[in-house]
Amino acid sequence: MRREPPRNAADYAPIVFPGAMLVIFFVIPFSIMLAVSFFRRNPAGFYSPDFVFDNYARFLSPFFGSVLGFSLLLAILVAIICVAVSVPFTVLLTRASRRAQTLWLVALLSVLSLSEVIIGFSWSTLLSRTAGITNLFVAIGLMEAPRALLPGFGAVLTGMVYQALPYTILILYPAIVRLDPTLMEAARTLGASPTRAFFNVVIPALRNTIVATLIMVFVFALGSYLLPQILGRPRHWTLSVLITDQAILQSNMPFAAAMAVFLVLISLALVGLTVMAGGRREA
Amino acid sequence: MSGLELRDVTKRFGTFTAVDSINLNVPDGTFVCLLGPSGCGKTTLLRMIAGLEEPTDGSIVIDGQDMTPVPTHKRNLGMVFQSLALFPHLDVGENIAYPLRIRGIDSVKQRARVDELLELIHLSGYADRGISQLSGGQRQRVAIARALALSPKLFLLDEPLSALDAKLREAMQVELRQLQQQLGITTIVVTHDQREAMTMADLVVVMGEARIRQAAAPVEIYRQPADAFVADFIGSTNLLDFRTDGAGRLEVLGGVIAGLQAPDGLGQGRISIRPEDVHIASPGEGHAGTVTFVRDLGGTIETFVNIGGTTIVAVTTPRDRTGIKAGDPVGVVFPPEACVVLAR
Repeated sequence: MRREPPRNAADYAPIVFPGAMLVIFFVIPFSIMLAVSFFRRNPAGFYSPDFVFDNYARFLSPFFGSVLGFSLLLAILVAIICVAVSVPFTVLLTRASRRAQTLWLVALLSVLSLSEVIIGFSWSTLLSRTAGITNLFVAIGLMEAPRALLPGFGAVLTGMVYQALPYTILILYPAIVRLDPTLMEAARTLGASPTRAFFNVVIPALRNTIVATLIMVFVFALGSYLLPQILGRPRHWTLSVLITDQAILQSNMPFAAAMAVFLVLISLALVGLTVMAGGRREA
Repeated sequence: MSGLELRDVTKRFGTFTAVDSINLNVPDGTFVCLLGPSGCGKTTLLRMIAGLEEPTDGSIVIDGQDMTPVPTHKRNLGMVFQSLALFPHLDVGENIAYPLRIRGIDSVKQRARVDELLELIHLSGYADRGISQLSGGQRQRVAIARALALSPKLFLLDEPLSALDAKLREAMQVELRQLQQQLGITTIVVTHDQREAMTMADLVVVMGEARIRQAAAPVEIYRQPADAFVADFIGSTNLLDFRTDGAGRLEVLGGVIAGLQAPDGLGQGRISIRPEDVHIASPGEGHAGTVTFVRDLGGTIETFVNIGGTTIVAVTTPRDRTGIKAGDPVGVVFPPEACVVLAR
C-alpha cells in the first residue's frame, strides 16, 4: 500500500495516542529501571539515588554468569523444539478440513487461557511418582515401577514447550495458510518425494516466518520464571527467578534492575544477530 | 501401444461426481486440449493423470504401463500449474535445475541442460535472475522449461496462459504449439478458452458435466459438433428447433429448408448453423424476417434478424456490406450443407 508522506503536524495526529501509551507504559518504566540499576542499595530502607556500577560489577560472577547462560540456553532450546514441532504440525493442519482446523485452533487457544500456575502444577502431577504417567507405563508393561520425572531439566523443558507451543502454532498459522499449495505439488511432479519437497520447498519458502517465530518464542521463554521453580531444581532456575528473588525477597531493587537491563541487552543482541544472519542469506 | 490411455477414469468427491468414466486414447506426440466450462472436471482429470488426485475408479495407462498406483514423483511427467508455482527462493537457473538436482545429476551437466533449455525458451543469459525480476511471459517460459528439464514422456499444463494479457496469450499459444512440435512430446493442456484450443490442439476434447462430449480435430469440432452443448460452447452458433414433415424434410421457424434430410426416425431436434453460414438475401427468398440490429465491427458485420420471435445472427465481411439497417425486411437463407442436424 502506498501512502502520502505526512506533511504537517496534523498528519501525525493518528499516532499521538499510541505514541503516548508507548511512552507512558513502556519508555518511562524502562527508564526508571535503567536509572535504578545505577542506584546504591540502602540496606535499611530501599535505595538511594547515586551513580555506581556496583550492581553490574556484582553481576559479573561465575554464579550469575552460569544462570544467565542457562536461561539463554533454555530459551533457545524451547524455541527450537517449538518451531521444529509446530511447522510440520501446522502444515498438516492447514491441509485438514475447515472444521478440523477450527477445532484444533480453538483447542490451542484454550491452552493459552490456562495460567502458568495451573500448567505448572498439572505437569508436576503428571510427572510425579504417585499419580504420574509412569504409572500408565507400568500398567502397559513398559516400566518396572513408577518413578518421579521431576524435578529436573526434562520436566522444565516439557512444561515450557507445552506453554509456548500454542503461541508458536498461532504465529505460524497465517503464513502457512497463505503458502501456495501448488509449490509442493510442483516439486512432486518434478520428481521430489513428499518429504523431500517439504524440506526443499516449504521450509525455504517459510524461512523468514520461521526466523521471526524463533525470536518470538525465544523472548517469550526467556521471561518464564514460574515453571522452572515448580518443575526444576534450584540449578534449573532462570535469571527471571533470581531477579524476582532480589527484587521482592532481598529488597535489592538496584541489583534486580541491573540484571533485568542486562537480560534485555543480551536478548536484543541475540535477536539482532538472528535478523542479521537471516538478512545476509537473503542478499 | 504408446501414449496415454484413460480407461473408465472416474472421480467422486462424496456424492459429487467430478469426472464420470472417461475413456480416451491419446497417441504418442499428440497435442490434446481439454476444453470445457469451469467445473466440468477437466482440471480434476489432469490432476489424476499427474497423480495429484487419486481416481475413484478406472485406470491411467502411460506408455502401456498402468500408472494408477504410481506416486506423482515417479511418473516422469512435466506439469505447468495455473499459478506457475515457481520456487520463490530459487533463481531462474536453480528453478530449472531443480528436477535435475533431485535426480542427483552432476552440476556440470545440470548447467549445460539449463543453458540448453534457456535457449529453447529464448531466455539465454537469464539463469541468475530472481523470479520476481521476470515479466509474466518470462515466468511462463521458465515454468515450461522447468517442466521439460527431464525430457518427460508427458507434458501437462493447467490453464497455463490464463494469467497473461490477451496479446501475449496469443503469442504464447503459437510458441507453445511450435515448441511441442519441435520436441514431439505428448502434451495435454486444460483450458476454457476455445480459441486457445483451436490454435494449439491436434485433438480437442470437449468436456461438459464430468463427461467427454466430443473428442475430435479442431475443425471437425467446429464444423460437425456432436451435440448442442458442443455447438454452443465452441464459437457462436444459431440453434434452431426443427420438426420433420411427412416427407422427411426439415421444418424450421415455419419454413422448410430445402435439400436437408433428417436421419431416419428423428422426428424433431435442433439444427446448428454458424453465423458466417447464414445468408442474408432479398425479401422473398428463404425465411422472411426483420433486421433488429446491425453491429458493424469494421472487420466483421453482425446482423441480428428476427424471424417469428427468434433472433438469428448472421456474420458477413465488409466486402458484402449491403447497407441493411434495423427495421429492414430481409430474406434469410440457411444453406443446407452448412446445417448440422442434432438430436435433442
